[in-house]
Amino acid sequence: MNNDGCETPIRVPSAPFRPGESASFEEWSYSPSDLMMPDPLSCEPKDTIPHSTGLIRVLGDDGSRSGDWDPVISDSDLLIGLEHMVRLRIFDDRMMKMQRTGKLSFYMRSLGEEAIAIAQTMALEKQDWIFPTYRQPGAQFVRGRDMVSMICHCIGNVEDNVKGRQMPVHYTYREGRYISVSSPVGTQFSQAVGVAMASAYKGLDEVTITWIGDGASAEGDYHYALNFASVFRPPVILNVVNNQWAISTHANLASGSSTFADRGLAYDVPCLRVDGNDFLALYSVTKWARDRASAGLGATHIEVLTYRAGAHSSSDDPTRYRPSDEPDVWPGGDPIHRLRDHLISVGAWTEEKHRDLEGRIDSEVMAAYKEAVKFGDLAQGPYPSSDTIFTEVYSDVPWHLQEQWDEMNRLGGD
Amino acid sequence: MVQAVNSALDNMLSKDEDVLVFGEDVGYFGGVFRTTDGLQEKHGAHRVFDTPLSEGGIAAIAFGMGLNGLKPVCEIQFADYIFPAYDQIVNEIAKLRHRSGGEFWTPITIRTPAGGGIRGGHHHSQSPESQFTHTPGLKVVYSSTPYNAKGLLISAIESEDPVIVFEPKRCYRGPFYGDPHKVPTWSGHPEAEVPDVHYTVPIGEARLVNEGNDCTVIAWGTMVHVCEEGIRQSGASCDLIDLQSLIPWDREAVVRSVKKTGRCVIVHEAPKTSGYGAEMAASVQERCFWSLEAPVTRVTGWDTPFPHTTEWDYMPSPQRIAEAIRGALEG
Repeated sequence: MNNDGCETPIRVPSAPFRPGESASFEEWSYSPSDLMMPDPLSCEPKDTIPHSTGLIRVLGDDGSRSGDWDPVISDSDLLIGLEHMVRLRIFDDRMMKMQRTGKLSFYMRSLGEEAIAIAQTMALEKQDWIFPTYRQPGAQFVRGRDMVSMICHCIGNVEDNVKGRQMPVHYTYREGRYISVSSPVGTQFSQAVGVAMASAYKGLDEVTITWIGDGASAEGDYHYALNFASVFRPPVILNVVNNQWAISTHANLASGSSTFADRGLAYDVPCLRVDGNDFLALYSVTKWARDRASAGLGATHIEVLTYRAGAHSSSDDPTRYRPSDEPDVWPGGDPIHRLRDHLISVGAWTEEKHRDLEGRIDSEVMAAYKEAVKFGDLAQGPYPSSDTIFTEVYSDVPWHLQEQWDEMNRLGGD
Repeated sequence: MVQAVNSALDNMLSKDEDVLVFGEDVGYFGGVFRTTDGLQEKHGAHRVFDTPLSEGGIAAIAFGMGLNGLKPVCEIQFADYIFPAYDQIVNEIAKLRHRSGGEFWTPITIRTPAGGGIRGGHHHSQSPESQFTHTPGLKVVYSSTPYNAKGLLISAIESEDPVIVFEPKRCYRGPFYGDPHKVPTWSGHPEAEVPDVHYTVPIGEARLVNEGNDCTVIAWGTMVHVCEEGIRQSGASCDLIDLQSLIPWDREAVVRSVKKTGRCVIVHEAPKTSGYGAEMAASVQERCFWSLEAPVTRVTGWDTPFPHTTEWDYMPSPQRIAEAIRGALEG
């Protein structure tokens, strides 16, 4: 519903449903057999026209996997992916509880979007660069980050590797090639193109993956990224995560196009639209895009179709702008349940094992939480030294900063 | 203060059909700080609406609307996010009247919550006023109370020039006296009595918050309240000037006060170097040199990015302000 019939002089789109209304979506007609997989090494952008308007799926509504995009991946790797998704969800729940009890200032969950960064990072090589938004923390689990360190960052305590400087969820993890998250939305999208151009310049087999939200795709950075990628053809994977909502702004207000994916065709970049709650499809499109990037064929633009099942952040209340049942009736389902049910259906997993896994991860998260708060929580401290205000502003400390630093300490900074 | 901003917008939407209000989350939701709550329902989705997340786009369409006879009031959700709009504001909006020989102008209002004290870290805390006071063609105001938030905003909307309106987000729900553990509301504050009807606080006039003879303290935004506490702690008798309007600024009020007290302390949240306090200090020594009993001093944010966990060591505290006042008194 785009208010096309409205009588106001300016067309102002709205959301499909508002509080007080009952949300109902048509069942998806997309099936895993809809779309062929073009040869990644000979595909032309125009060959992806159907892929930019349809939806690439592997997991069907019945939980089976099929179709041209069904990737080569072992059940044991799928179980690793499932475990990371469960880990992220339980981790998010614990962090939200910490936020509600004043132990963190702020938090953002990935609820409903857990598959995206986890499947896509698993499809990459270790040397590839991750340039995330605040909604892709799951990539760090794939890259082996210690959970205690993540919690310490979210608290901003003395063990926070970014020294209490950034808000929670703005992770930095250089060891995992996970580049520092920034609050201004969209900026990473065009920067990622530069990271990829540097890899190409150095002749390294490194691919850069980045994401942007449906809302942020209205920023100039989105268009800069596509245009530079189109001109210089660097090894970059450009994902638009269309989770329907940018705080209260529905995707209808982000773009007037029929899909987010097909906007990339105007830049002569191959475009795919993928079911973002389908772990296998995400893994597959990312492998495909990586193959092209690695072969020197440039960028792939991917719309990841999903739904932001939770609030934007701990400061947000989505019941003010969308029906409270909307997340439940979203046709894409739950990414964790879909992979779990598939693995159960092929005999690689059981409900009992899943419950055991949840119990084990819950204990793991609880233990990490207890360890992390030993280094301080936001309510009680201890906090990073106020000296950290002055360090790493520059590569050295110029005289004017040294003077102010001394002044702060003279006045009783800790 | 949130209600005061809402009331100003409501008054102007009712009074002038050329007024439009838009920005990110501004329409249906009523703004992330609730400043536009209920306005879309009352005035219509074609007058109060959500935009794509594109600050550059928001500023550019405001430019076009203002040029073509409307009075757009757009919101940049956080002042930290104004920079994608910087080119439009600095090179386009600010210069249109001049570059077109006076044939075109664009009388738009850009509202943006600024300043720290909400655990906002690098990108929800900055106070970038001097990046706009340094741009000829823009008027710049910075409110501090419910009363001047409404009055300045109405003046901005009625101005024939583009105006940037900074609102101190820490003070949306109550004044802030420098102690993060005390969270007073506006209830009972003398500047919280806000008439429902249209009124203005003129652009270019400062507000004398406190009167005293020992020292002149100049501040704007949240720091006005922190200075009240700092003055109390210093034990000195001070003129406290809430500048309110940064461009044009009330030089006469400042000069009059400093000639009386002979001392001047300037306080702002933004970093010291090239901060707007430097302009104050330079003007004070130009105009009051022979009256000064002590060097003009500044108490400001440090020349570093704004921190998250340690923000209370970053923002000027009552203690730092009190020490600066005592220092000025000792000459």
